Amino acid sequence: MNELIYFFNYVVVAGSVTGCIYAIGAVGVTLIYSILRFAHFAHADMMTLGTLAVLLLTLAFPHAGDPLGLPTAIVMLPVAMAFTSLVAVGIDRAFYQPLRSHGVKPIVMVIASLGVTLMLQGLIRLFAGTGSQNLYVDARKEIFRIDVPGVTRPIILTEPQVILFVITIVAVVGLHLFLTRARLGKAMRAMSDNPDLARASGINTRLIITLTWVIAGSLATIAGTLLSLDVAFKPDLSFFLLLPIFAAAIVGGVGHPYGAIAGGFLVGFAETLAVFNWSVLLRPLRDSLPTWLELPSNLALVGTEYKIVVPFFILVAVLIWRPTGIFKGKVI
Amino acid sequence: MPLLEAVDVHGGYGGMNILNGVNMTIEADEIGVIVGPNGAGKSTMLKAVFGLLTITQGEIRLRGKPITNLSPHKLVEMGMGFVPQEKNIFPSLSVEENLEMGAFLKPATVSRLKAQIYEFFPPLLEKRRQPAGELSGGQRQMVAMGRALMNEPSVLLLDEPTAGLSPRYMNEIFERVKTINAAGVGVLMVEQNAKQALRIAHKGFVLAAGQNRFSDTGEALLNDPQVAKSFLGG
Repeated sequence: MNELIYFFNYVVVAGSVTGCIYAIGAVGVTLIYSILRFAHFAHADMMTLGTLAVLLLTLAFPHAGDPLGLPTAIVMLPVAMAFTSLVAVGIDRAFYQPLRSHGVKPIVMVIASLGVTLMLQGLIRLFAGTGSQNLYVDARKEIFRIDVPGVTRPIILTEPQVILFVITIVAVVGLHLFLTRARLGKAMRAMSDNPDLARASGINTRLIITLTWVIAGSLATIAGTLLSLDVAFKPDLSFFLLLPIFAAAIVGGVGHPYGAIAGGFLVGFAETLAVFNWSVLLRPLRDSLPTWLELPSNLALVGTEYKIVVPFFILVAVLIWRPTGIFKGKVI
Repeated sequence: MPLLEAVDVHGGYGGMNILNGVNMTIEADEIGVIVGPNGAGKSTMLKAVFGLLTITQGEIRLRGKPITNLSPHKLVEMGMGFVPQEKNIFPSLSVEENLEMGAFLKPATVSRLKAQIYEFFPPLLEKRRQPAGELSGGQRQMVAMGRALMNEPSVLLLDEPTAGLSPRYMNEIFERVKTINAAGVGVLMVEQNAKQALRIAHKGFVLAAGQNRFSDTGEALLNDPQVAKSFLGG
C-alpha cells in the first residue's frame, strides 16, 4: 500500500500539477494561433513576466495575503494578470499589429515573436537577476498530510498544489462558459473559424484581438505564478516551459482550446511517468522474483535531468503520425 | 431615389482592372440579377459594392449616399448584407450561433430575429444545435442567408447562392429570395443559372469583360434573342 501512495504522490499529484500548468499555457498558445494564425513563441516569456510581476508585488507587500489566509502571491495575482494583459496588448500594438497591417506571412510573425522573446528575457533578467527566488516571501508553505488508514505513508499535498487545482478548474470552466455563452466569446470562435465572414458580419475584429491578448496574458500569469509558487521563481522559467506547452497545443490539435487542455495533461503525465522510478512499485514483489533477477534501485525511463526530451519526443511523434493532433486541429 | 446605384464603376485587384465601367440601378423592392460568362467580373462587381476591393473610378450610392470604398464593417452598419459564394458560414459554430453572429451589431434583437429565420427556413430549427459545417449544401446556404438576414439588411448581396446545389434546393433558394424580396429587402445577386435567375429578376445586368452588355428587366432579357443566343445558351 505504501508503494501505491508513493505512486499517487509522485505520479498522480505531480502529473496533475504539471498537466494543469501545461494545459493553461497551451490554451493561451492555441487561442493566439486560432485568432492571429501564428505560433507565438514569446508566450512562455509572458508567463515569466507575469510571475515576475507577482514576485515584485509580493516583495513590496509581503503580508497582503495574511488577512485572507492566502499566500500573498495569490492575492497579487489579479493585479499581475491585469499588468501582463496590458503588456501583451502593448506588445501586439507595437510589434505585431504593424506587421499584420502589412499582410506579412505567418513565419514573419513567428520570427517577430522570437525577437519579443529575447527582449522580454533581457528585461526580466534586468529586474529579477539570474538566481531563483521563492514566491513565499516571509511566509511558510503549508503542507497537508492526509493519512490513509492502515498505511504509514501519508498522501502529501502542498498549499500551492491545492490552489493550483482550484484555479485551474475555475479558469477552464470560466473559459468554457465564455466561449460558449458570451457574445464576445462566440465572436472569438467565429473569427477563428472564418475571419472574413466575421468582418462581414460586423464583428469588431480589433476588439477580438485585444481580448485574445488579455485572455492569453492572464492565463500565462496564472500558469507561471502557480508553477513558481509550487517550486520557485526562475528567470529562465520560459526555457523549460516553451517546448512542453507547444507540444501540448499541437498534440491537442492547434486551435482547439479543449484539445490544448487534454494535450497539457497528456504531456504532463507522460513526463511524470517517464521520470518515475518504477522500481518502487516492484519492490513488494522482490521476494517472489527469481534470485538471478536483481531489482535495480532506479528504474526510470529517463533521468529527471532529461525530462525535457519527453515533450520533444511526443512532439516529433505527433508531427510524424498525426500532424493535426487528437482533435483535428490546424497544421502550423 | 434608387436603393442601390452603381455609376461607371472601374476597379480590380492589385492594379489590374477587372471592372471597366459597370452601371446598375435597383429600387428598394427589386431583385437585380447579374449574369454573364465566366470571368466577366460578376462576383468582382458584387465584392466592389461590398467594399472588398478598391474602386478606382466611378461611384456607388446607397439610397443616394455615396458608399464607394467604404469598409464592409461600415456597410453592414448601414444595412447591407453580403453572402459570399464560398466560406459563407462559421463551420464549427452551431446553426444558432451562426445566426447570432449575423446580429452581432444588434444583440437586443437576436431572439426575435432568430425565431423569424427559423420560421423562414424550417429545416434549420431542428438542426439549430448542430455545427453548421455538418449540414448539407442547401442547408448551409440557408444558414448563410439567415446569418446575413439577422442584421435586418435593406439590401442583400448574394454571390451565386445556388452554386453546386441540386435542382430541388436551387428552386427552393430562388423561392426564398423572392420571399425575402417581398418582405421589403432589395436583392442583388450573381447567378450562373441565368435563365432561372432572370425569371425572378426585376432587373437583369448582363456583364461581359467587365462592362454592361445588356441591362433591362429580367423578362425582356429572357425574350431578347441576342441575349439568349450569346449568354443563355440558345
